[in-house]
Amino acid sequence: MAKVTFITTDNEKITLEASSGSIMELAVQNGVKGIDGDCGGVCSCATCHVHVNENDFEKVGEPSEIEADMLELEDEVSEYSRLCCQIKVSDAIDGITLKVVEE
Amino acid sequence: MNKSALPDPFEQARLEKGFGEMNDQNDPVTMLLRLKDVRKAAKNWRTFQSGGDEVGRIVVPSEVHIRETRQIPFEVDPPQHADYRSIVEPWFKRPLEEAYQVKLEAIVEKVIDEALTKDTIEIVEEFALVIQSRALTILLNTPFEEAKTWIDWGTHVFRSDESALDSDKANILYDYIDKEIDRAILSPADDLYSKLLASEINGKKLTKEEVKGVMILTFAGGRDTVINTITNSIAYFAEHPESLERIKNEPEITGRAIEELIRYFAPLTHMGRVVTQDTSVCEHAVKAQSRVSLCWASANRDAKTFENPNEIVIDRRLNPHVSFGFSTHNCLGATHARTLMKIILTTLVNKVTTIEILDHQDNIEDLDQFKRKVGFHELKVKFNA
Repeated sequence: MAKVTFITTDNEKITLEASSGSIMELAVQNGVKGIDGDCGGVCSCATCHVHVNENDFEKVGEPSEIEADMLELEDEVSEYSRLCCQIKVSDAIDGITLKVVEE
Repeated sequence: MNKSALPDPFEQARLEKGFGEMNDQNDPVTMLLRLKDVRKAAKNWRTFQSGGDEVGRIVVPSEVHIRETRQIPFEVDPPQHADYRSIVEPWFKRPLEEAYQVKLEAIVEKVIDEALTKDTIEIVEEFALVIQSRALTILLNTPFEEAKTWIDWGTHVFRSDESALDSDKANILYDYIDKEIDRAILSPADDLYSKLLASEINGKKLTKEEVKGVMILTFAGGRDTVINTITNSIAYFAEHPESLERIKNEPEITGRAIEELIRYFAPLTHMGRVVTQDTSVCEHAVKAQSRVSLCWASANRDAKTFENPNEIVIDRRLNPHVSFGFSTHNCLGATHARTLMKIILTTLVNKVTTIEILDHQDNIEDLDQFKRKVGFHELKVKFNA
């Protein structure tokens, strides 16, 4: 079981719990604003862009090359950017905070 | 076992040069073939423009001579693009609603049930076109009976067998839309026409011409593309019953399967842009006012990103395809298309065990230097329960 906190662009804080699936799925199932996951999680649509809290980035890790190529062309990309369809829910990421990039 | 294959005609040019050249009605097009170049150009709307003065020029083949109405938001660039897009976006996200999906399910089930009673069914006209047209009544929220008119138009709104660009056919669509807009002005309903007529940008109502621009895009953009996707999927499952079986046993891969089919089929081969300033792509100079195209079909087979690009890997996990375009002008109808595909696949696996291809005639697109199979003119099959 992992707890994940999302902060939306209007500064709403939403903490959710899950034990499987991806962060994108968790966000979409719970209607987190700004995370659409149009492509269902295959890294094709970039509608699940988040900035990982700096202190949590190590838990989440670097994006793969394919994901990094997608992020490179995103507005508001930062060194802590990830597409959250590519972050798996696991005990290892318990307690992380993610800032949602899109409105 | 290869009737369903869509070979990649771009590979050599993509590897050697990165671009192709196509003459289109004496207005040549430089086709960008590599995934990264295609995405970069799609992102860079200032240099690679959609909203120039010459309406219809970004479409390949060019529609400059057959169309005066600007398609919206497709032929508008930022910042105005965002105003239009924000009006239409919520409407085009309705496919995520359960009530919408229930209606689509009823449409798809009826067509598949009927197909199962027949010894042979021609997929393009009797299956894909019928599903596409009936599903469009749900997207527009217009009466179901309208689908009959659209089915009678045949498989292409703009194109006919006689010529690639048929202005008579285009006029049928434009006249129909004009009439529907007038009808919606007289008696507004809960349909897309009325919704658009009631919409405002900065306190100003959309004009009839703007409403027409959105409607032409909706009709034209989702017709051959959806028909080819459905037809190619049927051909694929006919030759790969194991994939049908797999989706039945592992329904959780359905979403990935859809993305992979759409990557492989790339139902829209490419889309153009007009270059606004002298620039270069793949060390090849392109001049201001010339045309380029973003070749989604080639980009989707780029081995630098996709492992085994010419195979359908039904549960492919990382699949950054560009079949729905990329960035600002990505496909408005993608949610409808994905939802429709989900319902077709789910219904197929529940009702159909095998599909036999009885006869077929390929539809090969002539791109000058390249000939690309996009689907079928005709595909006769038998469905088995």
